[in-house]
Amino acid sequence: MEFATVIQILDSTVRLSTPLLLAALAGLYSERSGVFDIGLEGKMLAGAFAAGAAASVWGSPWAGLVAAIGASMALALVHAFASITVRGNQIVSGVAINFVAAGLTALLGQSWFGQGGRTPSLPTEARFTPIELPGAAAVKDVPFLGPIYEGLISGHNLFVYFAFAMVPLTWWVVFRTRFGLRLRAVGENPAAVDTAGIGVQSLRYRAVLICGMLCGVAGAYLSTAFNAQFVQNMTAGKGFIALAALIFAKWKPLNVMWACLLFGFLDAAGIRLQGVSLPAIGQVPVQLVQALPYILTVILLAGFIGKAVPPRAGGVPYTKER
Amino acid sequence: MKHELPKWVDYGLIPLLNLITAFLVAGLVVLLVGENPVKAAYLLVRGAFGYGGGIGYTLFYATNFIFTGLSVAVAIHCGLFNIGSEGQAYVGGIGVAAACLALDRYVPWYVTFPFAVLGAAAMGAAWAFIPAWLQARRGSHVVITTIMFNFIASALMIYLLVEVFKPAGSMAPETRTFEAGGQIPKLDWLFNLFGSSLGGAPFNWSFFLALACCYLVWLLIWRTRLGYEIRTTGINPTAAVYAGIPPVRTVVIAMLISGALAGMMAINPVMGDQARLQESFPAGAGFVGIAVSLMGRNHPVGIILAAILFGMLWQGGAELAFDMPKISRDMIVVIQGLVILFAGALEHMYRPALSRAFARRQVLSADQAAREGV
Repeated sequence: MEFATVIQILDSTVRLSTPLLLAALAGLYSERSGVFDIGLEGKMLAGAFAAGAAASVWGSPWAGLVAAIGASMALALVHAFASITVRGNQIVSGVAINFVAAGLTALLGQSWFGQGGRTPSLPTEARFTPIELPGAAAVKDVPFLGPIYEGLISGHNLFVYFAFAMVPLTWWVVFRTRFGLRLRAVGENPAAVDTAGIGVQSLRYRAVLICGMLCGVAGAYLSTAFNAQFVQNMTAGKGFIALAALIFAKWKPLNVMWACLLFGFLDAAGIRLQGVSLPAIGQVPVQLVQALPYILTVILLAGFIGKAVPPRAGGVPYTKER
Repeated sequence: MKHELPKWVDYGLIPLLNLITAFLVAGLVVLLVGENPVKAAYLLVRGAFGYGGGIGYTLFYATNFIFTGLSVAVAIHCGLFNIGSEGQAYVGGIGVAAACLALDRYVPWYVTFPFAVLGAAAMGAAWAFIPAWLQARRGSHVVITTIMFNFIASALMIYLLVEVFKPAGSMAPETRTFEAGGQIPKLDWLFNLFGSSLGGAPFNWSFFLALACCYLVWLLIWRTRLGYEIRTTGINPTAAVYAGIPPVRTVVIAMLISGALAGMMAINPVMGDQARLQESFPAGAGFVGIAVSLMGRNHPVGIILAAILFGMLWQGGAELAFDMPKISRDMIVVIQGLVILFAGALEHMYRPALSRAFARRQVLSADQAAREGV
């Protein structure tokens, strides 16, 4: 395979991993605090729609981003209310949010814009466009490192850099700050946190809202950066792949990045592999490549590649006193 | 804080309040879209029950939802949340198609039917087996594995439809059309009895299979030893183990039954309507099963009622989309989500207030009784 092709595949790997990474990090905050979230998909979708709609109405990508974060956080608030305040079933709440988001985005899209559930196609000034890093054009011809810098590292939009910057930041927040310590504690043993005089409910609310914010950013990436409009059901299971990545990464930020890159790579390679015959294996069915993230996650969950142990208090609503 | 509520409040009033809230919020969404919710509701109900064909479609959809609702309910009784009914139903289609493709040219439909039922149940159960075993043996969370298996199912089915089932020379990813031996007759005669007509709606014998399954599930859960073991494991797995109930076996069997019920849903659309195996034929019915089971309080009678309600939404919603183009069929998905939210996740929202109200009433009536005594 040619070097340029490798760079191309890795480049699209980065682009395809970005929404996964944002959503998986979002899930990390929520699940570390003990609130399971299978509604990443729905929040991302709501964010994508809000961004696509707002950016096209106001002509500014930033308006889109704000709207996306708002919409996604509103859903996160519903999830928080259901699973923290009312102590409902977190899985059921996540399922509900996915449906409400899938239905509402399509319904409102159709009734507001009348284009079969799409939002109008965005002009360049209403989108987040690639950023050329300094010196990219200058080093382009340097062998090996030049193409890597110019083709792989430079030339992405803001979201991509933000997503990858969020990895060390999340690590620092979760493992090096007081908030992070409490966040992890409340996911493992909320009673101990409560005994220490720290509010379990407010901590979890904050974690779930951070999750909502990041999902909104992931959604905005899809409709105003990666694509130039919202299309019905455009997340297409990315929220669940992100969830798979989060489990695959055992709820650790750095691992999350590698898992998302792996799943993004599978996606990028899957597109390339269509109809290609590999030596010794023959033609790989596209469907197998598409299903690989899910299969890998199941194998991991089965405990054949290490063991994925979720936060101990995950999924259990906290009752202060009986 | 926790007061005992009368049974009718627990099983009647609270679900009703939850449902009303869900529909009120749905009404707000209709307002947001700029239509009249009352008129929309009228059109929806008329579309679902106003004429023979509408009723036929409503019951046809309800048949699907009874199967998937039962599937979710059996798992819930064992403390398992099976989100995989969609995938299990999809894979169940293989069993139906295999029976129909093998037999349709040689025997009448009622000979094919039992094989199709068995095939569907076996394939659905098989698809539930791995998540079940992983949950029971390795503690992998069944919610996550069944979600993953939904995606794997859809990849697998597209592969099979394109590479295996598709007849040579055809472009569409589907099997050939089954002959008469692979088609369940419609129930026209039943509607004619009431002086109505089915008008082409695919309402068929599978409905009675669904009702039979309801009875069998009731029998299983509340009248057999296995059902007792399933419920005990669901309520308190530790106590179940202590009582000598084998946890692995119970969990796996409950999931197999759940998967089999989901798989049988495939009979209705594949053999009862389209007469061929098509791409993504369950069309979300597996997920509706979650809403149906939650609303029906995991009881077969409740599930039948909830399934008919959702059948009404699907059929009436289609007609509504026709009459009010601003309200597309996606409205049904919204309502579905709201029902799951209010009847499921926010199920206890009204409980504290109601408990307080009833406690106060009890105190008051006790006071009154005391005063009258003097």
